[in-house]
Amino acid sequence: MTLRERLREKISAAFYRHGLLCASYPVPIILFTSASILTCCYPLLRLPLPGTGPVEFTTGVRDYTIPSHEPQGDLGEQPDWYRGPPVAYIQQVLVKAAVSPWESSLVPVDVFRSPLGRVFTLLEEIRNHVHSDSSGMRSLEALCLQVTDLLPGLRRMHSVMPEHGCLLVSPGNYWQNQRELFDSDPDLLKTVQKHEPKGLHTSATLRDLLFGVPGKHTGVSHYSRKRVVTYTITIVLGIYDARFLGSLRTRLKQLHPSANCSLREDHMVHVHFKEEIGIAELIPLVTTYIILFAYIYFSTRKIDMVKSKWGLALAAVVTVLSSLLMSVGLCTLFGLTPTLNGGEIFPYLVVVIGLENVLVLTKSVVSTPVDLEVKLRIAQGLSNESWSIMKNMATELCIILIGYFTLVPAIQEFCLFAVVGLVSDFFLQMFFFTTVLSIDIRRMELADLNRRLPAEAGLPPPKPGPLRMREVPPPPRPSPHTITLQAPAFRNLRLPKRLRVIYFLARTRLAQRIIMVGTVIWIGILVYTDPAGLRTYLAAQVSEQSPHGDSVGGGLPPHLGVAAVFPRDPTSTLSVLPAPEPTPLPENQSQGYHGPARADPHPQVPPSVPQISWGPEDEEGWRRLSFRHWPSLFSYYNITLAKRYISILPVIPVTLHLSPQEAIEMRHPQDTRHPPPTIPKVPADLQTVPADLTLYKVAALGLAAGVLLVLLLFFLYRILCPRNYGQNGVPHGRRRRGDLPCDDYGYSPPVSEISPLLLRGHSMDIECLASDGMLLASCCLAGQIRVWDAQTGDCLTVIPKHGLRRCSSGGCWDQRDAWDGMSGGVDLESPDGREPSISGDGLSEDEGYPLRRRAAPSRPTLFNDQPDLTPLIDTNFTSQPPSHPHPATPPREGFDFGGLVERAYMEHEPPSPSAYPSPSSVSSSPPMGAQLHRRRSLGDAPAPQCQERASAAVMQATPDWDSSVWALELRGNLIAAGRSSGKLELWDAVEGLLRCSNEDGNSGITALAFLNNRIVAARLNGSLDFFTVEMNKPSGLLQYRGPPSRVNMPPSPCYSNEDMISCQLTRSVQCAHQKPITVLRAAAGRVVTGSQDHTVRVYRLEDSCCLFTLQGHSGGITAIYIDQTMVLASGGQDGAICLWDVLTGSRVSHVYGHRGDVTSLVCTNSCVISSGLDDLICIWDRSTGIKLYSIQQEVGCGASLGVISESLLVTGGQGCVSFWDLNYGDLIQTVYLGQSSDGQGVRQLVVLDNAAIVCDFGSELSLVYVPSVLEKLD
Amino acid sequence: MSLTLTAMAESPVTSGQRHPGSSSQTPQHHPRGPYISVITNRTTNLVIRGAMLFSVGVFLALVLNLLQVQRNVTLFPPDVISSIFSSAWWVPPCCGTASAMIGLLYPCIDSRLGEPHKFKREWSSVMRCVAVFVGINHASAKVDFANNVQLSLTLAALSIGLWWTFDRSRSGFGLGVGIALLATLATQLLVYNGVFQYTSPDFLYIRSWLPCIFFAGVITMGNIGRQLALYEYKVVQEKTHQD
Repeated sequence: MTLRERLREKISAAFYRHGLLCASYPVPIILFTSASILTCCYPLLRLPLPGTGPVEFTTGVRDYTIPSHEPQGDLGEQPDWYRGPPVAYIQQVLVKAAVSPWESSLVPVDVFRSPLGRVFTLLEEIRNHVHSDSSGMRSLEALCLQVTDLLPGLRRMHSVMPEHGCLLVSPGNYWQNQRELFDSDPDLLKTVQKHEPKGLHTSATLRDLLFGVPGKHTGVSHYSRKRVVTYTITIVLGIYDARFLGSLRTRLKQLHPSANCSLREDHMVHVHFKEEIGIAELIPLVTTYIILFAYIYFSTRKIDMVKSKWGLALAAVVTVLSSLLMSVGLCTLFGLTPTLNGGEIFPYLVVVIGLENVLVLTKSVVSTPVDLEVKLRIAQGLSNESWSIMKNMATELCIILIGYFTLVPAIQEFCLFAVVGLVSDFFLQMFFFTTVLSIDIRRMELADLNRRLPAEAGLPPPKPGPLRMREVPPPPRPSPHTITLQAPAFRNLRLPKRLRVIYFLARTRLAQRIIMVGTVIWIGILVYTDPAGLRTYLAAQVSEQSPHGDSVGGGLPPHLGVAAVFPRDPTSTLSVLPAPEPTPLPENQSQGYHGPARADPHPQVPPSVPQISWGPEDEEGWRRLSFRHWPSLFSYYNITLAKRYISILPVIPVTLHLSPQEAIEMRHPQDTRHPPPTIPKVPADLQTVPADLTLYKVAALGLAAGVLLVLLLFFLYRILCPRNYGQNGVPHGRRRRGDLPCDDYGYSPPVSEISPLLLRGHSMDIECLASDGMLLASCCLAGQIRVWDAQTGDCLTVIPKHGLRRCSSGGCWDQRDAWDGMSGGVDLESPDGREPSISGDGLSEDEGYPLRRRAAPSRPTLFNDQPDLTPLIDTNFTSQPPSHPHPATPPREGFDFGGLVERAYMEHEPPSPSAYPSPSSVSSSPPMGAQLHRRRSLGDAPAPQCQERASAAVMQATPDWDSSVWALELRGNLIAAGRSSGKLELWDAVEGLLRCSNEDGNSGITALAFLNNRIVAARLNGSLDFFTVEMNKPSGLLQYRGPPSRVNMPPSPCYSNEDMISCQLTRSVQCAHQKPITVLRAAAGRVVTGSQDHTVRVYRLEDSCCLFTLQGHSGGITAIYIDQTMVLASGGQDGAICLWDVLTGSRVSHVYGHRGDVTSLVCTNSCVISSGLDDLICIWDRSTGIKLYSIQQEVGCGASLGVISESLLVTGGQGCVSFWDLNYGDLIQTVYLGQSSDGQGVRQLVVLDNAAIVCDFGSELSLVYVPSVLEKLD
Repeated sequence: MSLTLTAMAESPVTSGQRHPGSSSQTPQHHPRGPYISVITNRTTNLVIRGAMLFSVGVFLALVLNLLQVQRNVTLFPPDVISSIFSSAWWVPPCCGTASAMIGLLYPCIDSRLGEPHKFKREWSSVMRCVAVFVGINHASAKVDFANNVQLSLTLAALSIGLWWTFDRSRSGFGLGVGIALLATLATQLLVYNGVFQYTSPDFLYIRSWLPCIFFAGVITMGNIGRQLALYEYKVVQEKTHQD
């Protein structure tokens, strides 16, 4: 075990150092890696290109011996397939026959009938040839390749191809090698034509197989100009016997001497056929590739939290691919030539090597703390995963090693490749991918820095911005209450899948490219598969059609309109055409008639004596055949030539000269009834026109089809792709809805007019906001609590009442009938003089002054909302940049008062031994997230110096006006207020009376939850107090509040005025958390607390027992969401969001969504919405934890979130609230709350039941109704 | 495969799909769109999963059958379509039904035993598993082995490796072995009754590597079925919370 630990440590340390190295020198390492990849791939250049064409190898005939099975190293140029005996030896007898001299009396059929007829005698000769010498007698039967049976699928071939015995193929097969059948065949061409397949056929046809020469070279047609018939007799030999073949050759040559023949006969050609990939084989291959791509897709989808997701995915794929290439290259270098089909095993190799390591690496690096240096992050991430990577690799190597010992050559080779691939993959991961990752992460941090610069560094450049804004109002800002659209660049759009697919197609011009690539591939295939390309195809068409047209019997030349008037009966001497044309002569007349060639006035075109010439092209006539000729011949007998070879022996030339007499004798009676060859009026065109016309026809057809195809694709393309696909910003139909406030014509639909209702009355910024749907309670920094009607916006109650003012010396309260403005003056001059502004102005401002009174023009606008501080603070501070805010306060939002207030405080108060936390101490140990904390520093400023008095003068059921309200809750008509002094007060919301108070604890209440008749208070010292509200009813009746519009309110307890309400501490959990509790939420009978100590605790409300302690965050908890459906989500300072199962306490999902704190969390039924300090709003799928999309907000906007309905999200911004469509991520509207949007961020946002939202806006409350939602709700 | 791919691509979305229409409903009463409720409906979900597994099974049967047929076929099969459907028509549906049953059985047994399968529960791993399964078939069809014992042993080792790499649960192993034996027995019976036969039987009229292939197939289908059931599990879990 210790050895293992030590090993683990060593590996970890090594990886750490390696990570440092990689992150420090990215460019040299990438260069080095690329160089090594190229070096290892260099041997690949020597490998033959993959292809299916046959390969040839020529040897001499004279010293030919059957190659042995063992490879012989010395024969350098000998290919490696040239081992062992070939499948067969092919001996072709090339026959050229002509009737000579040609007489005009002969009919066209004579051109080939008698020459073809001679094949039977030749066959006889060959079959009966016996060579006898000292070693015995040998006949063809003993040497030839014996075939047994045709494939069962080839029924139609049965009559033609030899079924048993020697594989001997000749045109005679058409007539079952029987002379009688041939002689009685009335129409030879028809017989030949009968077996031809219809349509385009690029592989060998039966005609090619039997004749052994390409169709147009046979000369078996009515239009043969040379009148020479060429065909071969193909003998397939299983055993090579040089002497027998030699004797056969001499015998045939002797019988039929070829005068001018000088064919070389000393070379035999071995043709090796590669494995052909048919469609049937392609299907499994394609399947494996599809699976491979699915695997890559699902793997790379998991990469997250990096700068360029696609870049990293590409790097991962490149890593795997190049490692494979390297492995092949290395294997080739060391002499292991790959014999496996690369394309087939490739997907399996990728799957074996896998992308897992790369992903694990990325994940581990990404999950390291963000604030570390890039180098250290990479190093840590590497060393964290080092052990698992090494373990996995060892396991895989072991498995492959086991595979190697199966001793099956193919598997061994696969394993060898896999091992080399694994090692090179490891090498590439360590060097290439790690470096790419470090570059990516560095880029991310740079981008992060750039984006945050205005907010963070923001001392000189951005800060004066808002200040100066006052003088020069921004021109584009429209009138208040209108809606403007955010810049499109800030919006990540959420589109339906269908549209996104189409846009993706459009954006990448996929259709276009696929069409282009497809065309290129198609052309390539055409050119590649057919050696002669299109030409062969067209020529084949031509040669196929011309005899066909004639053999129909009607004698209609198929392609000439003129032909219709030609005489049908060839024997008739009547001619319809006036043109002088040689009519066919009767048989007896033809003899001795030596005229010019029939059908040809041009003497030079067909020679009267057909020339049989032997040229070098005849030497290897089989080359002109399709390269599938031999494979298809053998495949008829279920013999595959794939990966095998055949040996083609030199041809035996046979020349046959037949006399006209012979030709005439062999005629079939019907032959003469055939029409004479058509003779058009312009004889020069005779031969060319039909062919050309066919060519033209085919070409025109092809062209038309092509044009049609292009048009079709074009239409498809237009339908699929929007016209404006090339433009930036993706303008599309969806956006129209978001554009609605003001279109091009200045028309704005009335429905979009959302005007916020401003609730004025508070003198200072609003700190707490609570609502139960009908009533709205707010508390400002001055400690004043106001209760509003949430529907009308009327102010119902003010606590303390206007007449209630503090006696500054005694700390008790006097009741006055009306407020007087003088009190402010009195308080300003109060003997304490410490902080005269707070309480004094709080009263003096009360509803008396217009809220937005103009300050002195030289003053910045920010301080208009806090008039109480202005007299006290040095007014020339505008001239000096606010360059030293409190160091610990987060510098995010707008303007920070912390430093100023603290300075004022320090000036006015000598350092006193206060037991209460000073603002700085609160700042340094923030009890809540950054936002709350900042607010706290404001509220705390007045608090401490009043505490002294307050604690001295506090009495039972006496409101404590000196401490500030930190938490506020409203249920029924009771307001629960938690104060910084640790006191819990219950106020009657309607009457404005203090009903009871409890001061059991003396640590500030940071959060409150009020559910049913229980109140839970979280305190600054981490303790959690459970209170029970009890009422003693004199009347004994619980009555509900009256107004009819509020009948349907939730059944919260209502207390009548007569009730005696007491609030008792039922249980106090002293050390609920180790650190201050930051969040407290209660719902569904559960209380959930989140704390700085990284944990979330779940308590049961009834018995205040702790059910679970949820651990999973690596930072303080900043946001928690729980609702009636028991969904619990928590977000922390680490940017992570966890979803928990409240029933079991297990973590359902855990995602990293934000850089920096998660500031707010809301859930809908299907998704989780989070906002973070990085100004990003992320929408997550609730069940899978997959991020659906994110919305980039402006820098420094508020972090408040609210969900109005399942699809409507509202966010607070700088002086505005924005409505978003959750389904698509569309910004619907932005509502500006005030005339001057001077950096007042919306910090709190409460969604009421009647689809209104309330948010704080400086010292005002803003009530915004959402009309569209209202309609839908009704 | 395209079917499964689209299904897999859809499934994360559908479970998280929000419907624009749901905004018109009060969120308290009808929080889910019709589609979600269909998904949540247990029987419907079962049927959807079964159909998907069935199609996967049919597809794999066709492709793998092609692989097996191909080995003894000529260089140019006269007709591709006919060679795809060359075996009896009832083979692919049988494979599909079997795979649907297996794919539904695995998550069911997991939940019965109370030990949810947590090892490598992600689609990329499932794809890897399928690829290895096809590879095993490929090897059995294409690689020339010296003798049948070697072939069988190699395939057995590969199958066990597949299980170890992607499953590692005892229930999965047991079920795999059981079903493989049953399937072999069924094949044996079919061969005895002359419904079909092998070109070169090497062990009691059948091929000896058959159990290994069956075992690998069972593991693969179980893997797919578990992954599919994961979605239902999540949705249902969510629903119970809501209730």
